[in-house]
Amino acid sequence: MIVIPKGYEKAKPGAMPDAKIVAEMSKYNESLQKAGVLLSMEGLHPPSMGARVSFSGGKPRVIDGPFTEAKEVIGGFWIIQVKSKEEAVEWARRAPMPDGQLIEIRRVQEFEDFPEDVQKAASNEPALRERLAKQGKKG
Amino acid sequence: MAASAPHRTIDAVWRIESAKIVAGLARMTRDVGLAEELAQEALVAALEKWPASGVPDNPGAWLMAAAKNRALDHFRHAKLVDAKHQEIGREMEEGFTPDLDAALDDDIGDDLLRLIFTACHPVLSTEARAALTLKLLCGLATDEIARAFLVSEPTIAQRIVRAKRTLAEARVPFEVPRGADLAARLSSVLEVIYLVFNEGYSATAGDDWMRPALCDDALRLGRILAGLAPDEPEVHGLVALMEIQASRLHARTGPSGEPILLMDQDRARWDHLLVQRGLAALERAEKLGGALGAYTLQAAIAACHARAPTPADTDWKRIVALYDGLAQLMPSPIVELNRAVAVSMAYGPEEGLALVDAIAAEPVLRGYHLLPSVRADFLLKLGRLDEARGEFERAASLTRNTREIRLLLDRAAALHPGLRVVK
Repeated sequence: MIVIPKGYEKAKPGAMPDAKIVAEMSKYNESLQKAGVLLSMEGLHPPSMGARVSFSGGKPRVIDGPFTEAKEVIGGFWIIQVKSKEEAVEWARRAPMPDGQLIEIRRVQEFEDFPEDVQKAASNEPALRERLAKQGKKG
Repeated sequence: MAASAPHRTIDAVWRIESAKIVAGLARMTRDVGLAEELAQEALVAALEKWPASGVPDNPGAWLMAAAKNRALDHFRHAKLVDAKHQEIGREMEEGFTPDLDAALDDDIGDDLLRLIFTACHPVLSTEARAALTLKLLCGLATDEIARAFLVSEPTIAQRIVRAKRTLAEARVPFEVPRGADLAARLSSVLEVIYLVFNEGYSATAGDDWMRPALCDDALRLGRILAGLAPDEPEVHGLVALMEIQASRLHARTGPSGEPILLMDQDRARWDHLLVQRGLAALERAEKLGGALGAYTLQAAIAACHARAPTPADTDWKRIVALYDGLAQLMPSPIVELNRAVAVSMAYGPEEGLALVDAIAAEPVLRGYHLLPSVRADFLLKLGRLDEARGEFERAASLTRNTREIRLLLDRAAALHPGLRVVK
């Protein structure tokens, strides 16, 4: 299950979260780890420091941040191993999120979830992931 | 438990909170059996109230408070006149009203560790330890445990009742063992966790080749233990072993549920996040120093496979060396059998066959299906097909797992003279 906090759209470039919020979040992350459910997590810099590549009319178009129309922007993710969506929801409910933000919960796709033709079309994907994992070993 | 939406939520809350609640109550009441019963009563109360009232904001604290109130009632009204119970009752009334959350946060790690050691106490049989651990620490219901071990629900209920009674009668203290005791007690804990994992990973009976939910439970418990006892190399070793083995769960079965053996698995379908976690845990175990323990050695062997992009890249000589270490640490015909497989891969099937034949008469291996199955593999590689077929058939007659029987009979049939089985 992947858990994605959103509501990050207004952060200024280089904006860093408040130490108090970080302390609470660290405590929460620790509780996930201590419960044996946390597999992986990352935090992201604000979108104002990023860029977007949009595709329309067959041409990619680059827009640098900040984005005026941005809504519900991803702030990072946790990957947790749980038995059910309800359990993921229960963990998300415990997150110390600032007012106005939201957390989205999605199940990570497994190869076996695909129908056969899609599995065939994606047949190089697992090998790709394997190479990626090997290259990213240091992290 | 019913599968309505509020019940599924309560299930989820229970899975997250139950071990902490039982552990906290066990410290207060100094009685694991009573703690479990009080926690169950709190769960029943939640099942009655929450579907109507909604899940409270802090469900863990709600359950804890409900259980604690029942504990107080128990001590007040049970006419327990002896000094010990009066004292506990007084302590509870004085000590646990103000800030449940803070009390939970501070002590919960120690309480959980105490609970793990108590549930896995050597005074209990291995079966009882496993059932009690799943009940107390993984929050599984009795019927779930019964399904996991393919025995009837009353059998598991009995086993748990008896285990709780045994703990009470033996006056097992609710504590983390210290000093010389710790190593032996820890190995009892690790044994139970790995037993649960293996019951999921290679189901000894039944129609499923695996029951992955049990693997998840064991893995989660192992990770919790690694957080609670971070200086114990074998805990990290066991976690490493389980993470790496669990990484293969999806690759171990074919489309119709048939088992796929390690060398035939599509390695691209291994879960590489779990592989990385396993390798990291192995590194932690190795860094803590000292001679490598049995779980760490097995994890190191699993890591050799995990690191090999294709079966042909497997470092079999290193695996043989690791098995040498394992055979010294825990001499057993099973380890010898595995070592023989590694030797045959590193140095040829003839060498492997000689090793297997040397241990074939071991009483432990009598009736063990992997002995003829391994022998069959060696014979097949040596071109002795008739003998190989006989051994595959013998192996099939020795296992109770229907998926495995099928695999072995298929392999035997493929060697039938003048017959080629098209798959």
